[in-house]
Amino acid sequence: MPNNPTPLAEAPVTGEASGAGPETRKVHAALTRSSTGNEDLRELESGLDSLQSDAARAARIDWSRILLPVAALVVLVVVWQFYVSLGLKRRDLVPGPLDVLGQFGTLWAEGSLQEAVWTSLQRGLVGFLISVAIATPIGLLLAQVAPLRRAFGPLISGLQVLPSVAWVPAAIIWFGLTDATVYFVVFMGAIPSIINGLISGVDQIPPQYRSVGTVLGANRLQMAIQIVLPAALPGYLSGLKQGWAFSWRSLMAAEIIAVGGTIGFGLGSMLNQGRDLADMTIVMSAILLILAVGILIELLVFAPIEKRLLRRRGLLAGSTR
Amino acid sequence: MPVVLENLGKRFGDGAPVLDDVNASIAQGEFVALLGASGCGKSTLLNIMAGLELPTSGALEVPSDGAAFMFQDAALFPWLTARENIELALKLRGVGKAERRTKANELLDLVHLGGAGDKRPHELSGGMRQRVSLARSLAQDRQLLLMDEPFAALDAITRDLLHDELERIWKETGRTIVFVTHNVREAVRLGQRVLLLSSRPGRVVQEWNVTEEHRTDAGLAGQLTGVITARLREEIRRHAK
Repeated sequence: MPNNPTPLAEAPVTGEASGAGPETRKVHAALTRSSTGNEDLRELESGLDSLQSDAARAARIDWSRILLPVAALVVLVVVWQFYVSLGLKRRDLVPGPLDVLGQFGTLWAEGSLQEAVWTSLQRGLVGFLISVAIATPIGLLLAQVAPLRRAFGPLISGLQVLPSVAWVPAAIIWFGLTDATVYFVVFMGAIPSIINGLISGVDQIPPQYRSVGTVLGANRLQMAIQIVLPAALPGYLSGLKQGWAFSWRSLMAAEIIAVGGTIGFGLGSMLNQGRDLADMTIVMSAILLILAVGILIELLVFAPIEKRLLRRRGLLAGSTR
Repeated sequence: MPVVLENLGKRFGDGAPVLDDVNASIAQGEFVALLGASGCGKSTLLNIMAGLELPTSGALEVPSDGAAFMFQDAALFPWLTARENIELALKLRGVGKAERRTKANELLDLVHLGGAGDKRPHELSGGMRQRVSLARSLAQDRQLLLMDEPFAALDAITRDLLHDELERIWKETGRTIVFVTHNVREAVRLGQRVLLLSSRPGRVVQEWNVTEEHRTDAGLAGQLTGVITARLREEIRRHAK
């Protein structure tokens, strides 16, 4: 230790001539400069650290997060019921909430409700997971290799704009009325949006992260795995979210159009059946189920992952989530 | 001499040179403050020493194992805790897993952050982040430590404290430090030698030694600060139209 602690002890003695302006200043300067010992510094820093850090706030369940959406739902149903009870439209054209609830019960008893939800959900998830497995390596490759990106980037963005329903006729001609048709349409919807999400995630990495990686001595592979991938995770996750939304939408479109053959009975098929029977309660039930599955996947799968990811990185503060 | 710069020049594309004919040599264990106004290419010079950029002319000699680097903003990875950030530096250096943990804890303790290892960067104050960043650059275990205005964004109280901290760590570890700053007082406070870089193009125009007397005598230090400030202003005035 080059620091000699004695000046600390001596300082007040020398400084007792409190009236002498320049003399005391000199002593104080000397004090702050080289005589701050290690222990003294540790104490000072820990004091400053605790002043500058936020006190840890206990996590509490925020009831408004649960009560407000429920209240909004109740209000909507009440408005719906009120409108129906005015009797402006024929009841079979605009059924009320209770009629739809009754139809739910009937479909449940028949078992067709469970079958439709299960068939669609299973297809949606399988199609989505395969899309992720295909899109992730392609996305990484495009994000890291500039000529590939220049070549295929516009095409991938274009595919994202093209509604995947447009692929249904082609898929039916190629694969007939089989599950392959449904999956093909799901892939064409989900894969481009996952690729795009990953690319924009990589694009948004602050350039400094790569500089730090270089300075720390990371090679290409280490850079990709230790730095680029984790840094791109928020963008990748929002790509996955969008990819799921596109899978689900594409699946419904495919199921509505391609009915029969070996294609099973999904929510889209239920919707189509409602139209064929001109039964508005079935149509409404199917729409509400499609919506409910979408909301549940968002709430139970994506929201917790995203929240955790953002909170760990300190990106949640100030948001209205 | 761990660092020797000879007639170093740098220009980006066809533009005017950012650095021109920079000459300097820095001894082992020396603390050199590199001072200059904005646009003098201080950071570019540091990046060249770190191997992040290549010079367009001249030659430089740096330690073969490269240099540790500390950025202006801490540049910690937000998905890792303070300790994991330090461990990553050790990992990329090839330190074994068991040893990483011990070493990271030692380094955290060295910067007086023993209790904050499990915190994430956003939970730390600016000063704490810079100390983690300092610990990370020490984890690189390079003789040469390059610092690019590391305390510029901190409040005055924290900065004063980190000056003491850095001086202590420099004395304990015996590193060679090149510290870039645009703050004359900071340069005099920390450096054993202050190099003044001119602006557009950057070139070492003058240097001052900061002796032990300057450290103990505030009057002398103030005088030196005044002299350097005057020279710096003269350099800036040259660019008035």
